[in-house]
Amino acid sequence: MDLDKLTALELAEKIKQHQIGVLDGVKYVFDNIEKKDPKVHAYLETWKKEAFTRAKQVEKGIADGTYTGPLAGVPIAIKDNICIRGKKTTCASKILENFVPTYNAEVIDRLEKAGLVIIGKTNMDEFAMGSTTETSAFGVTRNPWNTDHVPGGSSGGSCAAVAAGETFLALGSDTGGSIRQPSSFCGVTGLKPTYGTVSRYGLIAYASSLDQIGPVGRDTADCAALLEIIAGHDSKDSTSIDRKDTDFSKDMKGHLLGMKFGVPKEYLSEGLDPEVKESFMNALKVLTAQGSIVEFFSVKTMEYMIPAYYIIASAEASSNLERFDGVKYGYRAEGCTELHDMYKRTRTEGFGEEVKRRIMLGSFVLSSGYYDAYYLKALKTKALIRQEFDSAFHKYDVLLAPAAPYTAPKIGESLKDPLAMYLGDIYTVAVNLCGLPGITVPCGTDKKGLPIGIQMIGDCFMEKKILRAAVNFEAGRGAFPLAAEGGKKA
Amino acid sequence: MAKIIDDETIENVCILAKLALTEEEKEKAKADMQKMLDYVDKLDELDTEAVEPLTHIFGSDNVFRDDVVTNGDCRKEMLANAPKAREWQYQVPKTIG
Repeated sequence: MDLDKLTALELAEKIKQHQIGVLDGVKYVFDNIEKKDPKVHAYLETWKKEAFTRAKQVEKGIADGTYTGPLAGVPIAIKDNICIRGKKTTCASKILENFVPTYNAEVIDRLEKAGLVIIGKTNMDEFAMGSTTETSAFGVTRNPWNTDHVPGGSSGGSCAAVAAGETFLALGSDTGGSIRQPSSFCGVTGLKPTYGTVSRYGLIAYASSLDQIGPVGRDTADCAALLEIIAGHDSKDSTSIDRKDTDFSKDMKGHLLGMKFGVPKEYLSEGLDPEVKESFMNALKVLTAQGSIVEFFSVKTMEYMIPAYYIIASAEASSNLERFDGVKYGYRAEGCTELHDMYKRTRTEGFGEEVKRRIMLGSFVLSSGYYDAYYLKALKTKALIRQEFDSAFHKYDVLLAPAAPYTAPKIGESLKDPLAMYLGDIYTVAVNLCGLPGITVPCGTDKKGLPIGIQMIGDCFMEKKILRAAVNFEAGRGAFPLAAEGGKKA
Repeated sequence: MAKIIDDETIENVCILAKLALTEEEKEKAKADMQKMLDYVDKLDELDTEAVEPLTHIFGSDNVFRDDVVTNGDCRKEMLANAPKAREWQYQVPKTIG
């Protein structure tokens, strides 16, 4: 059986029908890991032996009715900022290189209850700060479509692992596009849920008001099924919402007749790569061919999104990352004789350049004398951006945008100019500022053979609308393959 | 016009951020931060006089629960994460003279 062509849901169905064993799925991903990961480096750690043991246990559990869910028996990879009890959780940072959590993130407990098989931890930008997975302290991840290129970030390891067939599913986290942008670069499907839908308990915080965990998979139905498993109220996260409508897979297949899509026309102007634009415009045709209406509208706050986002995200990061001081866990600088010297040297040696840059910017914008001019101003701008999206959702069911202005850049190109890299987040950050759900679905490739994704954005709690749009789009688009061959150039 | 990031500002930021940068790193940080602040200055174009700052998307009510211990004793595992521990306690350099 060609497991490259199966989705996670199809794999689980075949497992239930005894056409394939849980172990076969796990073996398939480890074969791919052994073959491709030396070059791709999507994983920071895998645990083959344990995964095989767990596979046997799940096999039994499916037979005896312990695991009845639609994804029981499916292998899944976890971004390394999500805590798993007894497993190193590093955030791809030297400062946490030896940290072993004593507890599971809420999402991990939910995955275990649903009978998924966790196979390892994926690489990421350090503390999820970056758009290329190059700021990891443990080496870059390469794009499985062409290993001279980045996979995007910060969930680059998770997206590359799915694209390379090194897992069926993965969890990522999205603070400013960290699931949707690498999903676009790697030709996979990734979803950022409405803020508060998935518990952040056990997710090591970057910017708490923006962070959400979300699914990455081979198609939309896989993402919806995985989101159903991880979504739900959790008293351990005070921002967790008690939603009653988490049956995301239901009604997904309804038609698009009369559905109204809005495209911010400013998103298609300056700075958008012509090939990405062409692919995006073709995707619009796929949607209108199914009876939906696509209109263009104006977003006046576009140029203020990146400034507001980076002020708010850096401010929260500077506060959240204060806890890394070398006392209770993680790295500590050698030979410190005085407490403050220990704090400073530990942090200076333990954090990478991009993390320090954001901590410093955040400390500055929150500091006495500058708080009003920068941080408060950014929060007011956020309110204006929210107003614009609110009025857009009065007119449209779903907003459409590219996921990124270009396809995956070459390795080594992006970090030279941080500000230029930040500008690449232009289509994704507003979704986090406004708490909205967004999904990226592959819509084509450029001349170099690198994937392009279309982003579908819903109003808060309207995951079902974007899922319906995405499923119908996929049907119109046709099958989209996994990356051709790990390490081989497209 | 953005605030000019001078040596004093960077010193202050390093104190707040608890970072010990070399002179060379400070110069780079100064340039980086200046570039970023010049860019985010764009926000000044917006009239936000009458706008309320938006912190929480869905309101910010306190969430209360009963103070009941639900986790077990993880003392050993937690201390195993400490860079230095002694007699079941975290060990740090001398804090008072």
